[in-house]
Amino acid sequence: MEHFGYLFAAYSIIFIAIGLYAIFIGRRQARLDREVARLEAALRAAQQPAASPEQHQSGP
Amino acid sequence: MKGPVSIALAAASCLSMLAALFMVFVYVPTEAEQGIVQRIFYFHLPCAWVAFLAFGIVAVAGALYLWLGHRIWDDLSYASAELGMLFCTLVLITGSIWAKPIWGTWWTWDSRLTTTFILWLLYGGYLLLRALADDTDEIARFAAVLGIVGVLDVPIVIISVRLWRTIHPAVLLTRQGEHGLEDPRMVATLLVALGAFTMVFVWLLWLRLATLRLRTRVAALRKDVALLDLAGAHR
Repeated sequence: MEHFGYLFAAYSIIFIAIGLYAIFIGRRQARLDREVARLEAALRAAQQPAASPEQHQSGP
Repeated sequence: MKGPVSIALAAASCLSMLAALFMVFVYVPTEAEQGIVQRIFYFHLPCAWVAFLAFGIVAVAGALYLWLGHRIWDDLSYASAELGMLFCTLVLITGSIWAKPIWGTWWTWDSRLTTTFILWLLYGGYLLLRALADDTDEIARFAAVLGIVGVLDVPIVIISVRLWRTIHPAVLLTRQGEHGLEDPRMVATLLVALGAFTMVFVWLLWLRLATLRLRTRVAALRKDVALLDLAGAHR
């Protein structure tokens, strides 16, 4: 089993790099999901006061 | 990370990678001259294949973006460049780890190594451009051109072992026109590893594209919120 350390290092680096990249994407996606939810809520909140006067006008 | 396609790709990636590991460490015979360190090759070459595939996609998607102007092609190009860079880095690292016990040095300015390093620098430049400049259509067009020019180095990397004097092994196609894997089990292991890495690449590309689409959606929502705030301030 000469040079086993080299073999172990090469395979470890590959899996660590791919794993870290997958985690990096996952975290970024979670952050963007939260941002989308926050902005959609802000959009709904901003649209509501604008919609209210129209609702009053269109009443009987 | 959610969604049936993403889960299916993740499962397929994990299963194919487990199969590749089994073949590399249990099934394939040990090469007579290099010993167990030769087994690095079964993951080193698939990393190179995926890097070349990724840079090919960067160029094709970049050309389609220049032609059609649809943002999805630019997103695909960007996502693929990031993955190509990841796998190209792994090619250089694993090659270096293999070279130390076989050549007695971590690095030498051999034609294959040098052209691969140039490829790494080219796409490093591409990613720097994307990271440091604003996300505008003009930058996307510059990046597309850089991606197309960069891919010209891929065939040079491939044929470098035939063009110049080199100490890098020509495993797939030797200078005599034969392949250098003497045992059919070695060929089978390499094919399974190639499939596994291609699957991992497709999975990661899918995930990265999803985050880029989300980023575009966030930018659009921010614009809408800012417009509504502006309208509210004028009222």
